[in-house]
Amino acid sequence: MSKKSTPKIELKNVKKAFGKNKVLQGVDLDVAKGESMVIIGGSGSGKSVTLKCILGLIQPDSGSILVDSQEITKMSSKQKEKINSKFGMLFQGGALFDSLTVWENISFGLRATSNINKDDAYSLAVDKLKAVGLKDHVAKLFPSELSGGMQKRVALARAIAAEPEIIFFDEPTTGLDPIMADVINDLIVKCVKDLGATAVSITHDMASVRKIADKVAMIYDGKIIWNGTIKKMENSGNQYVDQFIHGRATGPIEMVA
Amino acid sequence: MLAAVGNAFLAFLAAVGRLAEFAGKALSHCFRPPFYFRQLGRQMIDIGFYSLPVVGLTTAFSGMVMALQSYTGFSRFSAEGAVATVVVISITRELAPVLAGLMVAGRIGASMAAEIGTMRVTEQIDALTTLSTNPFKYLVVPRIISGLIMLPLLVLVGDVIGIFGGYVVGVYKLGFNPGSYLQSTFDYLEFMDVFSGLVKAAAFGFIISLMGCYHGYNSKRGAQGVGIATTNAVVSASILILIFNYIITELFFSV
Repeated sequence: MSKKSTPKIELKNVKKAFGKNKVLQGVDLDVAKGESMVIIGGSGSGKSVTLKCILGLIQPDSGSILVDSQEITKMSSKQKEKINSKFGMLFQGGALFDSLTVWENISFGLRATSNINKDDAYSLAVDKLKAVGLKDHVAKLFPSELSGGMQKRVALARAIAAEPEIIFFDEPTTGLDPIMADVINDLIVKCVKDLGATAVSITHDMASVRKIADKVAMIYDGKIIWNGTIKKMENSGNQYVDQFIHGRATGPIEMVA
Repeated sequence: MLAAVGNAFLAFLAAVGRLAEFAGKALSHCFRPPFYFRQLGRQMIDIGFYSLPVVGLTTAFSGMVMALQSYTGFSRFSAEGAVATVVVISITRELAPVLAGLMVAGRIGASMAAEIGTMRVTEQIDALTTLSTNPFKYLVVPRIISGLIMLPLLVLVGDVIGIFGGYVVGVYKLGFNPGSYLQSTFDYLEFMDVFSGLVKAAAFGFIISLMGCYHGYNSKRGAQGVGIATTNAVVSASILILIFNYIITELFFSV
């Protein structure tokens, strides 16, 4: 791999085990600034754990994770909170706060970090709602009153509200119908481009990968076994990648059902 | 056999250590900003105001039954005059804090564990972190402080209602003179009786909130995980309340 500039996110030999279950066995990954990296891999391959390590939600056992050349695995919780303000995250199930209204959800991060007043927060939330294609009457509803697709949109609006430098997407299209999945994919591409942000997504939805990825990394058995541009993915020459992207039951990857 | 006992003991010590770490972290965050006053207010109303009916009913009937039972006992050696004193002392020192504590543990401990557990399972706690909000400060601290403050207030109200329950039974059923019943209620009542009950209440409030938050926060995946967390929160809070009830009584015994 050629090193032109320092990567936005850099993982070096990251390891993490839960008891005897070695989930990550030395993950190496570079994500350049402004690029959209998609990590693919089967269930239980360590995708989510990798993401949570970068977010600082899980402390890796060893290895190093650099964000803007800053080591985050050895940071104090104060410093981590600062780094966290660079991040936005779209959770798999949305993870909207069900005791708060939609607009309170969207403006939550901003109200935590700045002294923005209520009216400004509300109008900002409405702006973000528009950006994800929702009308302003949604702002005063509670998350439980929304459909799954709308919840995803609101969660996306919340993830981009603080204009993060890095956005993470955890299986953004899971649980949505194919059309809604495509709508969300389009929104992700648009939002990331508008912000000029770096994006790291994990998914096993290949339609989603082909739509949002600049680069793809495949994780298998706790290691990145292949990474390259989306164009190279179709002819990677890697049997594991081939099996995965074409969804074949037979191949080198054995699924323990 | 020996290995099994040893392993169980080590697991127990590890659990105590995790709980102590959690409690220490929660307490240290109580004194560091930012503070979430809206959350604190919500919890205070939930724990204090909405527990009033439960605590009121519990203490009222406890006071009533205490009057009946102590009358039954004391009439055997013609000491009926002590009924009022026994009622007030047992209510303030023992019955109001313990019964209120156990009832609130069922009501509040369960709902805390279920709410925080669901937030854990649906990744809302992780979401708080990514939105620059410390989940300890936002979720745990308001609940702990509310428990510490609201339980003594509840018990104070419970004291009054319990004494009144005893009064009603004493006067209308057992035929005491209202004036002399009240007289003997307050003549022998000491400050320490009420105070020790309130100290207990504060400790129980802390235990209830701590157990609700701890089990919810460490809830395992899925609906079953939240169910287990809820059960554990109520059971462990109830048992700890009974244990600490003895310890605190013992501490006040010589005073």
